[in-house]
Amino acid sequence: MHEYASAIALRYWLKKMGYPRLIIAGFLLFLFIMAPVTGSDLATQVTNVINRFSWNAVLVLAMVPMIHSGCGLNFGIPLGVLAGLLGGTLAIELGFTGPMSFVMAIVVSTPFAVLFGGGYGMLLNKIKGGEMMVATYVGLSSVSLMCIMWLLIPYRNPSIVMAYTGVGLRNMFALDSFYAGALSEFLKIDLNPLGINLVIPTGSILFFALLGLAVWAFLHTKTGTAMTAVGSNPTFARASGINVDRIRTLSVILSTWLGAVGVLTYQQGFGFVQLYTAPLNMTMPAVAAVLIGGASVNKASISNVIIGTLLFQGLVTMTPTVITALIHTDVSEVIRIIVSNGMVVYALTRKTEEAA
Amino acid sequence: MTNNGTPLLRMQNIKKDFFGNQVLTDINFTLEAGQVLGLCGENGAGKSTLMKILFGMDVIRETGGYDGDVLLNGQKTEFKTPFDALAAGIGMVHQEFSLIPGFTATENILLNREPKKKNVISEVFGDRLNTLDYKEMDRRSGEAIRKMGVEIDAGMTISSMPVGHKQFTEIARELSKDQLKLLILDEPTAVLTEKEAEALLESIRNMAAQGIAVIFITHRLHEILAVCDKVVVMRDGYVVKDVPAAEASVSDITRWMVGREVQKAAAAPAEPVRAENRDARVVMSIRNLWVDMPGETVRDVSLDIRDGEIFGIGGLAGQGKLGIPNGIMGLYQAGGTVEFDGKPIQLNSPRKCLDASLAFVSEDRRGVGLLLDESLEWNVAFPAMQIQNKFLKKYGPVRWRDEKAIHAVTKKYIDALEIKCTSSRQNARELSGGNQQKICLAKAFALEPRFLFVSEPTRGIDVGAKALVLDALKRFNRESGVTVVMISSELEELRQTCDRIAIISGGQVAGILPAADSSEDFGALMVSKVI
Repeated sequence: MHEYASAIALRYWLKKMGYPRLIIAGFLLFLFIMAPVTGSDLATQVTNVINRFSWNAVLVLAMVPMIHSGCGLNFGIPLGVLAGLLGGTLAIELGFTGPMSFVMAIVVSTPFAVLFGGGYGMLLNKIKGGEMMVATYVGLSSVSLMCIMWLLIPYRNPSIVMAYTGVGLRNMFALDSFYAGALSEFLKIDLNPLGINLVIPTGSILFFALLGLAVWAFLHTKTGTAMTAVGSNPTFARASGINVDRIRTLSVILSTWLGAVGVLTYQQGFGFVQLYTAPLNMTMPAVAAVLIGGASVNKASISNVIIGTLLFQGLVTMTPTVITALIHTDVSEVIRIIVSNGMVVYALTRKTEEAA
Repeated sequence: MTNNGTPLLRMQNIKKDFFGNQVLTDINFTLEAGQVLGLCGENGAGKSTLMKILFGMDVIRETGGYDGDVLLNGQKTEFKTPFDALAAGIGMVHQEFSLIPGFTATENILLNREPKKKNVISEVFGDRLNTLDYKEMDRRSGEAIRKMGVEIDAGMTISSMPVGHKQFTEIARELSKDQLKLLILDEPTAVLTEKEAEALLESIRNMAAQGIAVIFITHRLHEILAVCDKVVVMRDGYVVKDVPAAEASVSDITRWMVGREVQKAAAAPAEPVRAENRDARVVMSIRNLWVDMPGETVRDVSLDIRDGEIFGIGGLAGQGKLGIPNGIMGLYQAGGTVEFDGKPIQLNSPRKCLDASLAFVSEDRRGVGLLLDESLEWNVAFPAMQIQNKFLKKYGPVRWRDEKAIHAVTKKYIDALEIKCTSSRQNARELSGGNQQKICLAKAFALEPRFLFVSEPTRGIDVGAKALVLDALKRFNRESGVTVVMISSELEELRQTCDRIAIISGGQVAGILPAADSSEDFGALMVSKVI
């Protein structure tokens, strides 16, 4: 009898966890076990995973508000990334350096994020039901437009403009004298002096914790509750006197702003700014991570974000070293693409299943 | 045409249940060739289920088939698909048109049964490339149209035809089938003007004269008397009357349709109308309300609802009774004036109505009434939280959800309404229909409204739950003094619960009667303005 109950509990737990999450967690565990076997240092691997987590977690968090309001997965996150890039480059252009440039980057990107997010939200309100498809193209087209703008906006700062002509921004530039490490160096725990190759970027993790807490708290307020209800059943929300379009727009602005802050967090950890078509590469990892974390097209929590980012980034950082050492072929990129795209397809099929 | 005393169609002891819910019990009747049978009954009496059995619709087989026999010319038959029924000479014209708008009447009438001519190409490549024989087609469709005895232009495209002609084209399509013996017409006059309906009745007589048997389903009872040879009245899955039309009158039929045991209902009106209501002040006055709700259009409704009463709104499906609360509460486009407590209510704005202490329990539980994937706590507390800032804790400008208060209020209603659930954190989707309905009521009660619309509160829930729901409503009305307007398709239920009942017919108020009035009077009102 006791065994019977535990069997039910196990099955319930399996269902709750979801197979993709279990498979990927299992694979990651396998990688961690294999790491010492292939001769790579476990501490270094853990450092890498934590590092990558701290870069990406805020971008993944940017998925949450739009999922809650029923706008689906934010395939239009490049729009938020562009706001972040504008904020970052303008802060540098205005002459800010060091950690102050990070603060100013967020400050400057905020009005852009609100503006972009507002327009994007109004667009999404006109095409309810097809949000994710349209969001994808919003991302693609806005990135293309900004490719032109990066050349046309009269930036002057010699450390970010093209070296020869002095016109237009470089494809990629280093942030060493600006906000590289603005967060990750803060309260950094470095165990190298003890002979352990482990570094924890405390500041970045704290920053994510702060934003995560803020989003969690927001979802517990009156407006946040309305947002979840709008996503759960818009007709119910409307019959309860909620202005559905307004709440949806608010969620899109929030997501876009988190995307802007997310890319700045990514850059301060990575140490470089990538422009032009680079924002397009931000979409799939963020979408896939939140899905692996157990979110669905219309439900997501902060724990989904944390678990998903750890699993996905773990996979991305571990495979190149471990698997390559094992089979002597670099398949990490292939695995990354299969996992991220496969995860999105899986999630979208779940959605139709639920609707039927 | 004659079968020496064997009737064309005999239905014998037909029984059908949907998952244990008996919808047809011991249906027996016969139909001779050339006879017109009028089939009537309230919505949900089982008419359409019966016709689906006769026509071999998939839904019958998928839900476990039926008991009893269908005999055609004395032969026991059981149609596996509608195609079998067509082959056996049964034609059916459904309420909704199934015509191709861009094709002419002729093309629609003979669709996929066109006479064809061989040509050079089809000699080589096969029959599929035969050309259509338009001359023969025109002749055949003309013949079918003549059978009806009406004039319609066979060359006109469907999209440019008036509604009536579309209906005739549908019927002509059935008539053009040579083997046609029995034609089922499901509310064919529902969309027609009076003149067109006249013509249709005339054509039914013509068809009957040519030996075709017709089953004619309609809510317009005088049409039955005008054209039918016999009348079969159904109620709650039983055939309650099977008489020659000559022996029936409109009032007889309505009595048979709606009257449960007429004497019983008349002897025990649920509760006498409370005296103080007679001259209680008017709390809501509705003037010239129109609502554009698909399938439930409200055309011109004026009502006065008195303080503290339970006011019933009844009528047949599709006549507009559901449009009234949906329009006033802002869920569908509406116009006219609504005054509550002397102040005008802004239409088309759910928020304004809720702010004015109105509340609405929708007939569409799953679509409008519930957050299926959220906890019962959320479902119960959400509107009150959003509209009245209840169940919130304030920290400066931040209004935080007060989980404890939400839990307490949900628990209170779970106990009060006897809602069966594992916990107040269970998702609404997992409850049964009756318990979901109670959650909808709890949601409205939590708003502590002064005025409550309840739309089809017992739709799709079992008998026991029905009594509980109605009881809860009555208690809410008596104890909190809340004015309740209850909209329901079930007249008996309204009569047991309400003080006064308005009957909506054709998007207008056909009349307002005290609940104790006889079923016949209500029945007469229901069909009085049917469009």
